Amino acid sequence: MKVRLLFFASLRESLGTAGEELDLPPTVTTVGSVREHLRSRGGAWADVFAPARNVRAAINQEMVQVGASIKAGDEIAFFPPVTGG
Amino acid sequence: MKVSVQREDFDLGTEVKAISRSTKTGAVASFIGLVRDVRMTLEHYPGMTESSIRKIVDEAAGRWNVMDCTVIHRYGDLEPNDPIVLVAVASAHRGDAFAACEFIMDYLKTQAPFWKKEHHAAGASWVEARGSDDEAAERWRK
Repeated sequence: MKVRLLFFASLRESLGTAGEELDLPPTVTTVGSVREHLRSRGGAWADVFAPARNVRAAINQEMVQVGASIKAGDEIAFFPPVTGG
Repeated sequence: MKVSVQREDFDLGTEVKAISRSTKTGAVASFIGLVRDVRMTLEHYPGMTESSIRKIVDEAAGRWNVMDCTVIHRYGDLEPNDPIVLVAVASAHRGDAFAACEFIMDYLKTQAPFWKKEHHAAGASWVEARGSDDEAAERWRK
């Protein structure tokens, strides 16, 4: 299943990329499992997506919880808690 | 209703005038947030930023009498004392204008995808989210 990933702010800097197109294995069906999948890459990925890190997610530009389902073609964004205003 | 995410500065007088045209409008409440102390760079998530602010404005309009509303949020490089955000709400009466303005600001702080990076002499660092902002947004649920 192909999805588009986006990373913002401190995540983008730590990972050294603003995003990528990714073909996910069929076992990855939720935002939480995408996060796990990325963490398993090791290095900066393991650090950024460590369970203790407070990472927020959005699917197709809507904030979601970790249990949210994903589907082919989704834009999935990961970012730290927001600090605007 | 106007939502703008922009690099450029804004003018309070112009914006207030633009939402005060109806003869039914009896009150306009506005809030401006400024950069404190240090230079900063604001990053955002184009597309989601605008839609999340529109959703917050719609929710405010469902709760209070909102005759018109403007939200402007800047991004990019900002200096101390620069305006960052403007929320202006026009209503029939002041109670609704004050409440809707504060509600929009509280929700914007926790829902709109902006991130501040501060530039100190020792280097740059991302601003950490504050629990008090979550609490400010949460109290509107009660």
